[in-house]
Amino acid sequence: MDESLIRQFREIVGNTYVLDSIQERFSYSYDATPLYQSMPDLVIQPGDTEEIAAILKLASQHRIPIVSRGAGSNLSGGTVPVEGGIVLHLNRMNELMEIDTDNLTSTFQPGLVTADLHKAVEAKGLFYPPDPGSMRVSTLGGNVAECAGGMRGLKYGTTKDYVMGVQAVLPDGSVVRFGGKNAKDVAGYDITRLLVGSEGTLAVITEITAKLLPLPESTQTLVAYFRSLVDAAKTVSAIIAAKILPSSMEFLDHGTMHVVEDFSHIGLPLDMEAMLLIQQDGSTLQVEEDIERIASLCRSSGAVEVRMAATPQEGDELMTARRAALSALARVRPTTILEDATVPRAKLAEMVEQVNAIAKKYNVEICTFGHAGDGNLHPTCLTDERDKEEIERVEQAFEEIFHAAIKLGGTVTGEHGVGLAKARYLELKVGHEGLELMKRVKQAFDPLGIMNPGKMFAKDTRRRVVIGTHEHVH
Amino acid sequence: MSTSTKDTMTKELSNQAPVAESADSFVPQFDMNEIMNCMRCGFCLPACPTFRETGKEYASPRGRIALMKGIATGQLAIDQDFEDNMYLCLGCRACESACPAGVKYGRLVENARDAIETVKSMNASKTTDTQSDQTSVATAQGGSLQVAADAITANGAATGTLPLKHTVKRTAKESFVRNLVFRRIFLYPSRIEKMGTVLWAAQTLGLQKLADKTGLMRILPRSMAEMQKAVPKVASPAARRKRRTVVPPSGAASAAGVMQTAGGGAANRTRVASAATGVVTAGAATSVPAGASTGASMDGSIGSKTIRVGMFKGCVMDVMFFEANEATARVLSKAGCEVVFVEDQACCGALHAHSGEQWGALDLAKRNIAAFEKAGIDYVVNNAGGCGAALREYGHWFEGDPEWSERAKAFVAKLMDANELLAKLPEISFTKEVHARVTYQDSCHLRHGQGIWKQPRELIRQLPGVEYVELPGADQCCGSAGIYNITNFDLSMKILDDKMGKVVDTKANVIVTSNPGCLLQMRQGIIRAGLSDHVEAVHIMELLDRAL
Repeated sequence: MDESLIRQFREIVGNTYVLDSIQERFSYSYDATPLYQSMPDLVIQPGDTEEIAAILKLASQHRIPIVSRGAGSNLSGGTVPVEGGIVLHLNRMNELMEIDTDNLTSTFQPGLVTADLHKAVEAKGLFYPPDPGSMRVSTLGGNVAECAGGMRGLKYGTTKDYVMGVQAVLPDGSVVRFGGKNAKDVAGYDITRLLVGSEGTLAVITEITAKLLPLPESTQTLVAYFRSLVDAAKTVSAIIAAKILPSSMEFLDHGTMHVVEDFSHIGLPLDMEAMLLIQQDGSTLQVEEDIERIASLCRSSGAVEVRMAATPQEGDELMTARRAALSALARVRPTTILEDATVPRAKLAEMVEQVNAIAKKYNVEICTFGHAGDGNLHPTCLTDERDKEEIERVEQAFEEIFHAAIKLGGTVTGEHGVGLAKARYLELKVGHEGLELMKRVKQAFDPLGIMNPGKMFAKDTRRRVVIGTHEHVH
Repeated sequence: MSTSTKDTMTKELSNQAPVAESADSFVPQFDMNEIMNCMRCGFCLPACPTFRETGKEYASPRGRIALMKGIATGQLAIDQDFEDNMYLCLGCRACESACPAGVKYGRLVENARDAIETVKSMNASKTTDTQSDQTSVATAQGGSLQVAADAITANGAATGTLPLKHTVKRTAKESFVRNLVFRRIFLYPSRIEKMGTVLWAAQTLGLQKLADKTGLMRILPRSMAEMQKAVPKVASPAARRKRRTVVPPSGAASAAGVMQTAGGGAANRTRVASAATGVVTAGAATSVPAGASTGASMDGSIGSKTIRVGMFKGCVMDVMFFEANEATARVLSKAGCEVVFVEDQACCGALHAHSGEQWGALDLAKRNIAAFEKAGIDYVVNNAGGCGAALREYGHWFEGDPEWSERAKAFVAKLMDANELLAKLPEISFTKEVHARVTYQDSCHLRHGQGIWKQPRELIRQLPGVEYVELPGADQCCGSAGIYNITNFDLSMKILDDKMGKVVDTKANVIVTSNPGCLLQMRQGIIRAGLSDHVEAVHIMELLDRAL
């Protein structure tokens, strides 16, 4: 990038917050998505909305791509600067501005870490339910941009159900504000909702107002083991049919159980085909009643063993298997590709069986775990990015998995976002006309195409796994 | 992409970097499998002190590993930025505790520093100025960097790969200091002891105060001038000569035969049983991670032999905190052990390993392994978290070495931190009341490097009269980090002052730690915070000793 231009950016934010050396930029060339990497021209850490507005104005003048990011923990390649340009690292803007106990809202800057918000509101007896797996490191700006989910999706929904208002900077530098603290607000198009999950392709979100709930009085945990996948899936349906909505219902398949047991030796019964980890929260009495009913539903649906945690510590121990899943899987092979194909929950067993069949067909190792309650699966492929031939097969397997999910009425991504990883498959889900409409929305916000270019909309028929992705970048 | 770069990467893939004649063609040897275990989830970011302070991705463990991968795959060169960044790392290994994939970051950063020092040695022997090289690497344009997958696949078309010119160089002053420290002092225990004598003389004659008053200290760098105030009164040569080389057991009973199982892992019990009977078998026990032994106790079925413990003194520890070593021996003796101050032992090698001087570390390790083999002991016990973590790496350091690999593993199998061993032995009956409000600052290398953090807290709680209060953020580095408080003084003091703020909130009047570096840093923190009149910092073994 031109030195005089860099100087202008330095004048906006100060020297310390403009990074331009090779090594500095290299460390912003990736996110948590395996296999994607691309160099930015510049990294800027702005301190407030006005600075972002000035940066965007200048970037528009010079047609420089803008990629905003928080912790870089996303799993869709959404923050990899594939077309170079400027990475806006928003971690300095991490102020928790307000917890409004009268209106049950909280207002904060995008760089605030999700778990820090949890801690702050819970100290006041309040509750912000979205809990993506990366919540200890992820930022709320990233959560909003990707519409992050988590384990509590079934009962509490995802990020989109909590964002009430946003302030954002448009590519030309103008600052807009939509929504707010009003529980009811139908003044015009719901731009707030549109920006949630827009993956940085429309605007830079600079302030967020979110809805809070009262913190549930207690939480209880139960684990159930099954000899067949179908029984586990039947159990999930039976619980919902009995009009119980657990706060989470997590699922591990046989392959995942095996790997977890090898890794952490917690005594999982390996002759079982699947396990469910179920949590319920609410008033103490209601929780006890629900957990009892869930336990008996598990047994009548074919669970071989059901264990209830007597104390919160025991509950934590039971959750160990689920929490250890990704770590254990990550140790098995050098590259771990975590996907999030999602189906209506009634199709859960069918989807897992298809994933297993597809893995066998392409001779790749795929373990599946995930959020059974909302049909959001995480088929996780254990592979090695250095083995091109294997990566080719992995790519084919995932392509078939996405097609299978769509056929079952599902979607190509439940909570990770489209980014680079699913761009090629978006049309599968929304159709040609749908995709064209989305492109026109993008055009209305970002006529110059500088906001996170290369994401969401595939430029060609590039494939899912990156090997070929960058052939067209320069 | 040029053929030569392609060849370089093919060699890298097999993890066998060639010995390069010049820094230009040098490919640093990294453990690619370990690097690849990092899945870039970013869970390490909030645990990292330098990321918390700077907010820059490159100053995080994930960032540093990415840069190492860039260098190992020929996308980046070892330049000044890389060097500064690798030495900005405190090496506290808090990221290892936070890492869901169990990446051994501490080893990776040591590899990186070793690569830096290797390049510097190579560039030192070259006479030509490589000023132009610096510009040749700074050409990577946005979006043009090739996919990592391509670059590290031998047959990939990595068009974005840069010409490799490793540019870091050593200044004359740096060469002199490193030579002095790593080759002339720390390889020789007797020289460290002599320095201790000089220090004792200076303190005894009041020279230190005089220097302080006359402003002589002003000619020292600020970092060292401030630190010298925190240096404790060292033991006199006479006191050192009085040390008993063997301290017999003094506890109510010898440890053997009275130990009860409290549920340690099977492998763990094997280690204890075989070691205690003197028939030490290496293999099985080495695979036991330190964390697995937390809170475990010994198997009841071991023989009736008294446990013979070899004290690893540590070089700095034995000079600066001679009394803490003596206290450790008394406490272990009270617990029923026979304690031997093993002769011919040397510095653990941590300082060398952390500073990219792996050759020196290996030399010291060999001397220690041989010395403790000769001593006929059941356990090697140390009381310095930093040394312990380095000693535990001996097996790794000598991997594949036909002569030393097995011996190193046997050494590690016998290794225990003093806290760890005491937690396994029957509880000591402490008799004296220690009236104090006590808090505990973890030694990073004891907690994150060895997984030992419950045991010291449990031991402190056993002391009569002690009111224990947990220090918030005790698992975060105090900024001492070996010689970091000298090399990166400002950041170190910022971290320390934050820490002291939390100490004040605990209202404790005793801060306990398990490592000499941390202890010195805590003493410095007490002075800086103006708490000298009512707060003291002590080694955990000294606190236990007070209650005997």
